[in-house]
Amino acid sequence: MRYSALSIFKQAFAGNLGWTPAWREPAPKSHYDVIIVGGGGHGLATAYYLAREFGIRNIAVVEKGYLGSGNVGRNTTIVRSNYMLPGNEPFYEFSLKLWEGLEQELNYNVMFSQRGIINLYHNDGQRDQYIRRGNAMMMEGVGAELLDRESLKKMLPFLNFEHARFPIMGGLLQKRAGTARHDAVAWGFARGADRLGVDLIQNCEVTGIRRENGAVTGVETTRGFIGCNKLALAAAGNTSRVGEMAGLKLPIESHVLQAFVTEGLKPCIDHVITYGAGHFYISQSDKGGLVFGAEIDGYSSYAQRGNLATAEHVMEEGVTMIPGLSRVRVLRAWGGVMDMSMDGSPIIDRTPIENLYLNCGWCYGGFKATPASGFCFAHLIAKGESHHVARALRLDRFERGFPIDEAGVGTQPNLH
Amino acid sequence: MASLISCPHCGTRAKEEFFIRGDATPVRPAPMAGDDMWNDYVHVRANPRGRIREYWQHVAGCRRWLVVERDNFTHEVFSVSDAAAGRGGER
Repeated sequence: MRYSALSIFKQAFAGNLGWTPAWREPAPKSHYDVIIVGGGGHGLATAYYLAREFGIRNIAVVEKGYLGSGNVGRNTTIVRSNYMLPGNEPFYEFSLKLWEGLEQELNYNVMFSQRGIINLYHNDGQRDQYIRRGNAMMMEGVGAELLDRESLKKMLPFLNFEHARFPIMGGLLQKRAGTARHDAVAWGFARGADRLGVDLIQNCEVTGIRRENGAVTGVETTRGFIGCNKLALAAAGNTSRVGEMAGLKLPIESHVLQAFVTEGLKPCIDHVITYGAGHFYISQSDKGGLVFGAEIDGYSSYAQRGNLATAEHVMEEGVTMIPGLSRVRVLRAWGGVMDMSMDGSPIIDRTPIENLYLNCGWCYGGFKATPASGFCFAHLIAKGESHHVARALRLDRFERGFPIDEAGVGTQPNLH
Repeated sequence: MASLISCPHCGTRAKEEFFIRGDATPVRPAPMAGDDMWNDYVHVRANPRGRIREYWQHVAGCRRWLVVERDNFTHEVFSVSDAAAGRGGER
């Protein structure tokens, strides 16, 4: 069923009884051309673009829980492309361009809102570093604007400009950045893929990877063996566990990241704002809740829950940046398991094992990458070579000495 | 993650007193060992779910490096020992 204003009117007059499920619930077939492990944003986007752009229709997505039950439903919904390094920036800009046409493409309202992101700076060195990043963005054709203190005061009068230790001196603005409704992104890609004939198989956990003469031939699952020509892993925080089934050891460590949402307020924060003296980021959802988060907890974890000390630290950062937040009540907090890579950048690549493809290492920046990750992974699976914006995101870049380390902290996954 | 860590030197302390370095299983290769071994040591992690050993430093206490053995899914802590103890070093 195609969604339109007319369909809403028609259904309203028919008592809303005619809506059909957005996707089927098929039983797994015995064999597929491509099986994608992981029914989150990236897995669903990969299936969608494989079918839409690259003409492969015999695809299954296997998901151990329900669609979108992982990080795509557990993030702070920020979409941006304000990266600095040449290996990253073209990829994220490609993603942002896909976001800009995504709702028409999917015929689904993902509530993409280009409200702009402002990264605050608090000292001269940080300002210079932001100017450098802004210049790097402009060299890739991505707009960036440096805001001084006076213009920021007009835009964001509620910030704590006079803080003794971390005074706010200005910010870097990317106007085209924004937010999107995270669940709707998963649902939109799921519906789009289903309409192109992709089988979305939920409650189907992969328990083993079957190989013959070294090459992957299928997966053992809780719903039986499913054969495939190509196997694509998009398992996020559980990448190492699925990879181990094929004997892969990866440059990944799983960590927990928390996010928070407050009670609904009238519109008060118009942009995405990030705090330069810490790692705090905040925006306001269309429902009115303030959505915010900060660093990962810092210890290896597979639990989708975090620690109260980190929650306290996040709130402190928030109140330091916007003192008015102290009066707002937090409604919910949740944790997601992040596949932290050794340089803080993702991996979209083949593996040393024949027929096995890998998409992982998104750290805590995977949501904004969803469309491009799916597109580039689909390109790799269908054509056997990397998409030109994802050529740097290689699995062997660590041993070859070409890491993409935006934060510049080295091979310490809990610091990225 | 448990809120309290029993430092063998300082007693039970809040976990915020510690800095976490990461996986304690990789063993540093000899200086002239091959690129493969160094790559494994620097970049590759087993990253299992369940019982793990991690290097923690008690930065707000004795400043000793410790090995914390814990479950990264249930967050239970099994043992905390001085990192030098396992290598026969000075404690």
